[in-house]
Amino acid sequence: MQPSPERQREMLRQMQTIRRFEERASDDYHGGAIYGVVHCYIGEEAVAVGVCSTLNRDDQIISTHRGHGHCIAKGADLNRMMAELYGRETGYCKGKGGSMHIADFGIGMLGANGIVAGGIAIVTGAGLAAQLDGKGRVAVSFFGDGASNAGPFHESLNIAAAWKLPVIFVCENNLYAAQTSAAETHAQEDIAARAHGYGIPGVIVDGNDVLAVHGAAAKAVARARAGEGPTLIECKTYRWRRHTERVNQPDFRPEHEIEVWLKKDPIARLVAHLKSQQGQLTDAEWQEMDRQVLRGIEEAVGFAKSSPFPKPEAALEDVFAS
Amino acid sequence: MREITYAQASLEAFAEEMRRDPKVFHMSTDAPQPLVKEFGPTRVRATPIAESALTGMAIGAAGSGYRPIVDWRMVTFCFVAMDQIVNQAAKIHYMFGGQAKFPILYRASVGGGTRLAAQHSQSPYSMFMNLAGLKMILPSTPYDLKGLLKSAIRDDNPVIAFEATRLFGTKGMVPEEDYTLPLGKADIKREGKDITIVALAWAVHESLAAAEALAAEGISVEVIDPRTLVPMDVATIRASVRKTGRLLVADEAGPTCGAAAEISALATEDPATFACLRGPVKRLCGLQVPIPYSPGMEDFVFPDRQKIAAAVRELVRPKS
Ligand SMILES: Cc1ncc(C[n+]2csc(CCOP(=O)(O)OP(=O)(O)O)c2C)c(N)n1
Ligand SMILES: [Mg+2]
Repeated sequence: MQPSPERQREMLRQMQTIRRFEERASDDYHGGAIYGVVHCYIGEEAVAVGVCSTLNRDDQIISTHRGHGHCIAKGADLNRMMAELYGRETGYCKGKGGSMHIADFGIGMLGANGIVAGGIAIVTGAGLAAQLDGKGRVAVSFFGDGASNAGPFHESLNIAAAWKLPVIFVCENNLYAAQTSAAETHAQEDIAARAHGYGIPGVIVDGNDVLAVHGAAAKAVARARAGEGPTLIECKTYRWRRHTERVNQPDFRPEHEIEVWLKKDPIARLVAHLKSQQGQLTDAEWQEMDRQVLRGIEEAVGFAKSSPFPKPEAALEDVFAS
Repeated sequence: MREITYAQASLEAFAEEMRRDPKVFHMSTDAPQPLVKEFGPTRVRATPIAESALTGMAIGAAGSGYRPIVDWRMVTFCFVAMDQIVNQAAKIHYMFGGQAKFPILYRASVGGGTRLAAQHSQSPYSMFMNLAGLKMILPSTPYDLKGLLKSAIRDDNPVIAFEATRLFGTKGMVPEEDYTLPLGKADIKREGKDITIVALAWAVHESLAAAEALAAEGISVEVIDPRTLVPMDVATIRASVRKTGRLLVADEAGPTCGAAAEISALATEDPATFACLRGPVKRLCGLQVPIPYSPGMEDFVFPDRQKIAAAVRELVRPKS
C-alpha cells in the first residue's frame, strides 16, 4: 500500500534533511570543524527513509560507517548528531564516537559500525530478543554490497533463517566497496540471489525509488512480525560522492556512470511524483520545505558550536557500565 | 556445604541464575543437556558453528534487555569471533557514550595438560586483558568459579569466564545456598611471610603443593589467587608483597606480555611496594612455544610444583 500523500511529504522532508545535513557536514569537515572522516550517504537517501518509514520507534536498526541517513530516518535529533560530529559533550556519544558511530539507542538504534559487516550479527541478536519477547518487534540490518561478501552476513542469514528471526537484511548496493567495484568482487551480480541459499525471500528493489523501497520493506516487516522469518532486500543505488570526504581518497568510478546515476536522484524523483499528483506538492511548498530543512541544519550547527567540548578526563568515563 | 566438581560448579551457577532471572539464556554450539532438560531449547539454544555470529548476537540481545551466556567452549574457537569481541563487545558501551548496557557472559576453557596439542591448549587471556572494556575471571576452585560466575551473569558488562580445562574434574566444597563472590577481589589461598606467589588457575594448586613442601624446609609461602584478571585486585597483591618482600608470579601462559608480566609491573611500579622488595621479582610461566602434544614435551613446557618450589628456593636463598 502506498503511503499517504502526507506521509510521502514527510519522507521527502527526511530525504532532504539527510542531504542538507551531509552537505553541511562535508563543508564543515573540509573547514576543519569536524574531524577524522565523514562518509556521505547522498544519493542513497531513499533506502534509509523507505525502510525506516515502515518501522515503529521500538523496532531496532543497526547502522554503518555511512550512517547519518539511518539516524535521521529513524528519528534522531539533528542537534545531538551535529554535536557528535563536532566532538562535543552534547553529542549522542558525548564526543566518543564521531561520524562513524552516531547512534541514538533511545530510538531503537544498536549502534553504527565502523567495521564492515560488524553490525549484522548484533542486530540479528536483537531479532532473537524480539522473538523471545514475542511482541512483534523487528530488527533491521543496514549494510553495503561490500559487507555482503563477509562471513557475518552469511552466518547471520543462516541463523536468522533457521530460527525464523524477525530480521530484515537491507543491502545498500551502491556498486562499490571503497575503490573496488562489485563487478570485480561478487560471484554474481545480484546479492539478493544469495537469499535462496538460505531459503528466505531475496528481493531486488530500485534503491532510488523511496516508494518502491517502502513497499518492499513493508512486506518484509509484515512477514517478520507475523513470525515468518527474515527477508533480504537488495537496494540498487549509488553514492554521489567519493567513498569518504578525505581528500587523499581517489575515485576511479567512470564519469559517465556517475552522470547516469546523478539523473536518478531519489529526491527529484519523489518531488516530481508528488508534483504530478494534483495538489500534493507545489513549487512554493517544496521551496518552503527546503528552507525549513536548512533552518534545522543551521540550528543544529549552532547547537554544536555553542556546546562545550568534553573534559579530557571524560575519556576515563563509560569504559564499564556501573 | 558439599563437595562438587569445577565443571558442576559452573552448571549450577547457570541453572541458579536462569531460575532467578528469566532474561538469562544460553547459546553454544552444543547445548548442555542438564540445562536443556530444565529450561528447554528456547533458553538453552544449540546453535550453528558460527562463533562470530553468536558473539555478536549476544551483544544485540544484551542491548535489547537480555543477559545472554555464550559458551565458546574452548577459547580456541573464539578467535573466529575476534571482531565481535575486540571491536564490538569491548567498545560498544564506551563508544556510544554509555547509552546502553551490555550484560553478557562469554565462557571459554583455557590451558593445557590435556595432550590436545597447540590449538586446544591455549591460555591467551592477556590478549583480552590488553583491551579496555571487558572484565574477565579465571577461578581455580569450584567455590570461586560458582560465586564469580553468578556475579559475572549479574554484572552489566561483557565478562569473559576463563575456566581451566585441567581443573574441570577437581572437587571442592561449595555451599548449597545462594552466594556470590565480588569481581575484582583476590583470595589469599595460604598465608605466609617469606615470599608471595601470585598464581593463576592450575598454577594455584601447584603453588599450594609447592608451599606445603617448602614449609617443611622452613620457607613460609603466601599464595594469592587474583581470581579476576580484570579488574585486578592490585591492593591485595601489593599488601602481600610489602609484607613478604618477595614476589613470584606463576602462570601456565607464556610470559611475553602476559598476565604475569602485568602483575609483576603492577606490584613493582608502586614505590611503597618496591621499597619493601628484598630481591628481584620472577615470573614462572609456560615456555614461549605453541603447546606440543607428546607428554614429555608438554610437561616440560609448563610450570609445576617442582619448578615453583625450585624458583622459590632460588628467590629466598639466592646462591650468592
Ligand atoms: C572489516 C573491514 N575491512 C575493511 C574496512 C575499510 N572499509 C571501510 S568502508 C569500506 C567499504 C565498504 O563497502 P560497502 O560495504 O559496500 O559499504 P559502502 O561504503 O559502499 O556504503 C571498507 C573496505 C573496514 N572498515 N572493515
Ligand atoms: Mg558499497
